[in-house]
This record gives sequence, C-alpha cells and structure tokens, in this order.
Amino acid sequence: MTHIIWLSLIGAGIVLCLLRLFRGPSAADRAVAVDTSATVTTALLVLLGAVFKRYVYLDVALVYAVLTFIGAVAIARYLERGL
Amino acid sequence: MELTGTIVAVVGTVFLFLGSLGIFRLPDVYNRLQAGTKCTTLGAFLTVIGVGLMNPAWFAKALLIAVFILLTNPISSHALGRAAQKSGVPLWKGSVVDQTEDFKKAKQTE
Repeated sequence: MTHIIWLSLIGAGIVLCLLRLFRGPSAADRAVAVDTSATVTTALLVLLGAVFKRYVYLDVALVYAVLTFIGAVAIARYLERGL
Repeated sequence: MELTGTIVAVVGTVFLFLGSLGIFRLPDVYNRLQAGTKCTTLGAFLTVIGVGLMNPAWFAKALLIAVFILLTNPISSHALGRAAQKSGVPLWKGSVVDQTEDFKKAKQTE
C-alpha cells in the first residue's frame, strides 16, 4: 500500500518536471527542470532499492547523484560564458 | 523502527511532489529555482533517511547519500541561478525587488 503512495507521488512529480521541460521558454528553465527531476530520480532509486530489497540500488543512486551534480555545474558554466 | 521509516519516507515523497508542482506552476526561473531547490532537498533527505531507518543495515550508505544531496544541491542551484542572471533571463513582471540592478545603479553613480 505504501509502495503505491510513494511511487505515484514520485511519478506525478517527474511528469510535472517533464512538462516544464517541454514548455520552458528559455534554456535556463529547462536546466532547472532537469536538475530537479534528477534529484527526484535519486530518491526514486533509493525507494526502488527498498521496494525490491536490493542493496545495489543505493550505489546506483550515489553515482547518479554525483553525475547529475557535475552535469548541472557544467550546464551552468556553459550558460554563463560558453564552453 | 519500520513504521517510523515508512512515515518519514512518505513525508519526504510529499515534499518531492510539492517541489515538482512548484516547478510546473511558478511564473519565473528564479521562483521555480527556489521551489525546486528547497522542497526537493528536504524531500530527498527525508526519503533517503526513511529508507535507512526501515533497513538499519543500510543506514550508513543512506546517510552518505543524504549528506551528499544536502551539500551539492544548493551549490548546483546557485550556479544555475547565477547563470540565468548572467545570460539575461528577465524577472517576472510582478517582482518588486531586484538587488542586482540596484547595486549596478549605485555603482555607476559613485
């Protein structure tokens, strides 16, 4: 029962972030939407580890968090002054 | 312990949903950045800590992920907001305070 609550809330959140990603007028809007949905996806990976009882999903979530942090900083630097 | 972890994780997912709703509904890049950063940081922190409380053997790695999110999420959103401001994204027409413009004007009149 609680699995349904978790996964439906997180799924609705990711769908809202994707709608903003499609609609956002400028590039900064889209970068913000991607950053937020990446954080939501990290929490989703940890929750999937709890649902399936697999410890490996926590490692996947940690690596995903590191990579999205580096990606967000790189996109911000590109928007600020070019590559 | 199981029940505590479940309740904390449900509260965390509610915060994650509210942050995503703010990303969709708010009118401006900067407003959206505020909703997306604060709500999502707290939501992800509570969710990961809740999963760690549900399985006490996982608590160390869950705490590592939570502290990492708590440290890096404000940094990346600060960089994104600074990039939006430098690349000339305008404020929403209902905004009343722009301290960057005030600072530039004060510097020119000196």
